[in-house]
Amino acid sequence: MAIDLPLIWAAIIAFAVLAYVVLDGFDLGVGILFPFFPEKHDRDVMMNSVAPVWDGNETWLVLGGGGLLAVFPLAYATILPALYAPIIAMLIGLIFRGVAFEYRWRTQRGEFLWNWAFAGGSMLAAFAQGLALGALVQGIPVENRAYVGGWWDWLTPFSIATGLAIVIGYALLGATWLVMKTRGELAERARGVALRTALATVAAMGIVSLWTPFLEPVYLERWFGWPTAIFSVIVPLLVLGCLYLLLKGIRDRHDVQPFIAALGLFVLGYIGIGISFYPFMVPPSLTIWDAAAPDESLAFLLVGALVLVPMILTYTAYAYWVFRGKVDPEEGYH
Amino acid sequence: MQIADIRRRSRLSLRFPPERISAVFEAFDATVLARIQFAFTVSFHIIFPAFSIGLASYLAVLEALWLWKKDEVYLELFNFWKTIFAVAFGMGVVSGIVMSYQFGTNWSVFSDKAGPVIGPLMGYEVLTAFFLEAGFLGVMLFGLNRVGPKLHFFATAMVALGTLISATWILAVNSWMQTPAGFSVNEAGQFIPDDWWAVIFNPSFPYRLTHMVLAAYLTTAFVVGACGAWHLLRKTAPRRARTMFSMAMWMAAIVAPIQIFAGDQHGLNTLEHQPAKVMAMEGHYQSHPEGAPLILFGMPNSAEKRVDYALEIPKLSSLILKHSLDAPLAGLDTIPEDRHPPVAIVFWSFRVMVAIGFAMLGLGLWSLWCRLRGTLDTNAALHRAAVLMGPAGFVAVLAGWITTEVGRQPYTIYGHLLTADSISPIAAPAVGASLVAFIIVYFLVFGAGTFYILRLMARLPRDTMPELDEGPLRTAGVTPGPATANQGGHHGH
Ligand code: HDD
Ligand code: HEM
Ligand code: HEM
Repeated sequence: MAIDLPLIWAAIIAFAVLAYVVLDGFDLGVGILFPFFPEKHDRDVMMNSVAPVWDGNETWLVLGGGGLLAVFPLAYATILPALYAPIIAMLIGLIFRGVAFEYRWRTQRGEFLWNWAFAGGSMLAAFAQGLALGALVQGIPVENRAYVGGWWDWLTPFSIATGLAIVIGYALLGATWLVMKTRGELAERARGVALRTALATVAAMGIVSLWTPFLEPVYLERWFGWPTAIFSVIVPLLVLGCLYLLLKGIRDRHDVQPFIAALGLFVLGYIGIGISFYPFMVPPSLTIWDAAAPDESLAFLLVGALVLVPMILTYTAYAYWVFRGKVDPEEGYH
Repeated sequence: MQIADIRRRSRLSLRFPPERISAVFEAFDATVLARIQFAFTVSFHIIFPAFSIGLASYLAVLEALWLWKKDEVYLELFNFWKTIFAVAFGMGVVSGIVMSYQFGTNWSVFSDKAGPVIGPLMGYEVLTAFFLEAGFLGVMLFGLNRVGPKLHFFATAMVALGTLISATWILAVNSWMQTPAGFSVNEAGQFIPDDWWAVIFNPSFPYRLTHMVLAAYLTTAFVVGACGAWHLLRKTAPRRARTMFSMAMWMAAIVAPIQIFAGDQHGLNTLEHQPAKVMAMEGHYQSHPEGAPLILFGMPNSAEKRVDYALEIPKLSSLILKHSLDAPLAGLDTIPEDRHPPVAIVFWSFRVMVAIGFAMLGLGLWSLWCRLRGTLDTNAALHRAAVLMGPAGFVAVLAGWITTEVGRQPYTIYGHLLTADSISPIAAPAVGASLVAFIIVYFLVFGAGTFYILRLMARLPRDTMPELDEGPLRTAGVTPGPATANQGGHHGH
């Protein structure tokens, strides 16, 4: 086979997961920030800023999960049982925050309930995703095509750290999104939050990055061996560059720059994790090729993906374009 | 190795003593709990698509009628149902995301083995349907003022198309599990696709797709009809209520008979490919070499292998299934006992569905009769019956799926993979705990959603008196919801 289908698919799935993380990241982040904005009017605007796009953002999660089942069924069949509890927690979090988008406008007496559901659900989902990430980085033992670890293996100081890191990082995405999409006092407050979460995010990235190499000998080699060590130098430098742009953007009252810089931070962090992982799909047990479905399945879906993903990106961009600019508080979507 | 030690030590030693928790679930094993969990979550999920597939198409029709006839009543109805759609759709999305992870959490062996075949179909569902719906949903719900009526209609049509494409792929998946075709099995025990055409257009797929889409349309028609009838009885907004009610009753009168025909064809297809399921539906424990009776009602008794208190019509079953009074029909006695589906559940759920099918036909015919006599808007008895029948579609859909899925037992992939061999290596307490969590969350969240939908339906704004619209509603309502009805009316175009 001349074309390495599993590798192409690993790249597509990685793209889908990254798209999910940054897109749902900012709308989960808006939910995480709810407690910092107690005014009803502010919350209305915050919710309206993401209401038209959140469903599309979350669809990348379905593509990540469904895609994994399709092209790396063995990874799907071992990761999900291993991360059973965090996955269930994430799903429940997503239920609460997803329905809040509509329910919150359907009641006055119960509004506080759905504010809580929105904030709490977003935090739970983000934290659970971080736990899952941490547990995956630590490694998942597989024998005879089945997960063979314990039920609580996902719960370690390291995974708790990654969980918190994701919550903080999403809060940063949410805050910079609000800087971009809102005006006046709300935007001002968001700037303050963005500043603090930016510093916290970079600190969290630093802690997790220093911790990771000590989890698995492979990671240590990867990061301090030649030639990947180049990245160990470059990635942190780029992170600092992004942080600088972010802080400068906030200080100079740029609308868009902080958000872009925050996205940059996420992309860099993601690349870092990708470097640690490669060539594993389920570290340290299954490589991309171990986990892949047969080529018939990979080729069949690839044809569709090559045609459809660009179309999806186009009309998704159109949907964002329709709702471009600052949210008009008077427009009252509901 | 030192590093590995650090890692091992850093794990919290929080292993719960499984004996303690499992005491609660002792009566169940993980397989039973996982089956209950799947049945529970998917039953909740299907309620929302069954409604939103139909409602999305209805919204597209309403908007098209508005653009074509320029009659405001259609736009008002569009805005009214759009809000309800948004709530139902949200519930469909979040319950669907649970489904797409459930295969991996609870049915990992199934996922590993069947993933290469069903995975790409679901992948196509995401790529062709879910993104389409989600991408245009925002524009449809919030964008009328921003994009203008033509593009907005396009968005509505895309959402409706998305729901139909979604149903197509997921039913290809389900049908393949019922009547698998076009595959072989590799050394690892995985199902490998040989012929995608045969996989997708497997023997039961066209029947199941037709029957399900019609079911979604009927379900929606009865909800819309009930809402219209309710407001006709209360005389709140006669013009809008009349329009809805009339449209819904046309659907009932036309689609109900088609659905019965489609159901019959589906049954014949099932007889060919999954005879044991039909035996359970019919309650045929014994073979009938000289023509089988149709058992209308009775109590299936699996211990004694007979239907107690049966009310039968001789030979009718042979007539329906084989189109001949004396055609022999095999019974469950021809099938090894460990391959029997649970008869009583299948027997009853099938009767519930069929009874509702005929009740729907009855209401449709009655409405036709009233229409001909010009009393469609005034016949209070008809309206009351329509209100009563509002939830009928949901019950029929659930009953139909229970027939389908329980009748497939003991297999997940009919004839090839046993349910008992599909399960994740997860202990019963974990499955049990997540099941309890889902039950609590679903009843809370979807209970609230259903309540909001019912309340939205009960608040049909009065017929157009635009200048009055704003005031009374804002003060009378707990909800700012009806504002959407104004939004379109005032500055929508
Ligand atoms: C409004 C909903 C509705 C109504 C009125 C009916 N059905 Fe139905 N039926 C469904 C909704 C449904 C369903 C939920 O859509 C099912 C479950 C799986 C499927 O494909 O369709 C189904 C399954 C189903 C099956 C199972 C096929 C299988 O699993 O192999 C049969 C034999 C029938 N139906 C037959 C009928 C007959 C004879 C009906 C008329 C009297 C009828 N249905 C009315
Ligand atoms: C179309 C997509 C569907 C797929 C792929 C699917 C697949 C499955 C799977 C994998 C199981 C678990 C294994 C088993 O017990 O057989 C199951 C069980 C079940 N499903 Fe479905 N299902 C679908 C739709 C539905 C719907 C819409 C309902 C609605 C009521 C439903 C009702 C059930 C029930 C009641 C069971 C339990 C059967 C039993 O264990 O006795 N299914 N289904
Ligand atoms: C086990 C089976 C099923 C799985 C894994 C599943 C998965 C999903 C997922 C992930 C979503 C959310 C999509 C989004 O993010 O926008 C969804 C929604 C939807 N599903 Fe399912 N689904 C199943 C069964 C069914 C069945 C049986 C039907 C209909 C025949 C159906 C039709 C739909 C439709 C129309 C939607 C759009 C949302 C809505 O209408 O409420 N699904 N499903």
